[in-house]
Amino acid sequence: MSKRYLMRRVFNCAALSGSLLCAVFGIFFLFWILKDVFSSGIGAMDMAFFTELPSPPGVAGGGLANAIWGTVLITGMATVIGVPAGILAGTYLSEYGRKKRFASVVRFLCDILVSAPSIVIGIFVYAVLVKPFKGFSAVAGALALAIIMLPVVVRTAEEMLKLVPDATREAALALGAPHWKVTLQVVYRGAFRGIITGVMLAVARISGETAPLLFTSFNNAFWNSNITEPTASLTVTIFNYAMGPYDDWHAKAWGGAFIITFTVLFINILSRLLLRGRTGS
Amino acid sequence: MNDNNNHNDKIIIKGLNFYYGSKQALYNVTIAVKENEVTALIGPSGCGKTTFLRCLNRMHDLYAGNRYEGEIILDNANILDKGLDLIKLRSKIGMVFQKPTPFPMSVFDNIAFGLKLNGISKKSELAALVEKALKDSALWDEIKDRLNESALSLSGGQQQRLCIARAIAVQPDVILMDEPCSALDPVATAKIEDMMTELKRNYTVVIVTHNMQQAARVSEWTGFFMMGEVKEFDKTQKIFTTPSNQMTEDYITGRFG
Repeated sequence: MSKRYLMRRVFNCAALSGSLLCAVFGIFFLFWILKDVFSSGIGAMDMAFFTELPSPPGVAGGGLANAIWGTVLITGMATVIGVPAGILAGTYLSEYGRKKRFASVVRFLCDILVSAPSIVIGIFVYAVLVKPFKGFSAVAGALALAIIMLPVVVRTAEEMLKLVPDATREAALALGAPHWKVTLQVVYRGAFRGIITGVMLAVARISGETAPLLFTSFNNAFWNSNITEPTASLTVTIFNYAMGPYDDWHAKAWGGAFIITFTVLFINILSRLLLRGRTGS
Repeated sequence: MNDNNNHNDKIIIKGLNFYYGSKQALYNVTIAVKENEVTALIGPSGCGKTTFLRCLNRMHDLYAGNRYEGEIILDNANILDKGLDLIKLRSKIGMVFQKPTPFPMSVFDNIAFGLKLNGISKKSELAALVEKALKDSALWDEIKDRLNESALSLSGGQQQRLCIARAIAVQPDVILMDEPCSALDPVATAKIEDMMTELKRNYTVVIVTHNMQQAARVSEWTGFFMMGEVKEFDKTQKIFTTPSNQMTEDYITGRFG
């Protein structure tokens, strides 16, 4: 065995164990978080947690039904606003504006918006919607979340549409199909799973946002069916309860964290499975 | 093969120049494509065969900056005219690509796609025409039980024949084929070549190929392209036995290219 060969093996071994160590480092903390959230949160799970309103401070019992509903409502409205706009913008970037200057500007701005701190977006919506209309509301919260999810949906929709080969588009056009029909009936169909996956990941991302909601939908201790009124959400409730002095609040905060974390985990796994189905078979 | 010159000119190309932006790719191409015959285009890579083929259905219009000069006469009209309805043109001129291009939908829907574009929507009529197209492309027996499966689940050769079936389902006048067998094995290639002999009864076929034997087997006319020019255009038999251009001879005998 030559010296060079030996050195190569040593380097190989070092690089391999180094990268393995880093991977374990990352996974270690992920599992630590999951384990803590699970073991501390599972105890708060009972029927009351899902069906009852919060009890007065210091009084045990009650639940976070209003916050769970609020999160579903705000995230749902944000999805209704953000997803169609995002998919259409992604369609423009991929199908109509590939080499256009305007498209590359949009693309660039999207990339900036993706990395914009979510609290800044919260303050922005506070300035344009909350302050002028003198009140926190679920609508404002939904708008903030929609702005956060928009660039994510735009870019994934664009990337997924671009994965459809140009030859497929040409083949449809060569049959005499108009451009819009090719996009609608051929390209969308090819990119469907990918786009759905992107949407799911974007929903998962916004459902865990707290900072923008503090400035927009704020909080509410009661049932609220009016979307122009302050609305509770799980994340803001977790924030408040975790800061509070009562043990029962802490338990509730863990419970809220448990629900959000595992819902997001579930959505992530589901989207993985969807995407795998696309490449398989 | 060596019948008389009794076929009409289907497409007449006069002085065609083509530019990708500022780069000229075709120089003064002047040939006539005969009706109900197969015209093969051969030549080394990058010589302009495919570029030429894609002029015939104005595929280049999809990308900005491309420019044509000259005339391409189909049915007494210049298809390079600015105001031409591209959708109508492309429903008259079908195209088959180098790699199979099945749409991400069922086998049936792949063929029905073009038919629906032509306004056919009745289920029974669609079913009959899909069946006819698959029979014409000798695919029916192989996949008649798989019509509802995804077209992506077919083999490469089947996918390519499906694409041909899809192109002929709408009954175009002309079928353009851009190296339709280059991604296929010899068995699938043979099947497609058999199809071509059938196809020319009803259609005019223009095929780009890198395979000399294929050109010799399937075509009546052959054009030899070189650096964007047609160096020689003649009966296939003449080109392959007594070419008048030295470059043609060198190319088909494998001395270069």
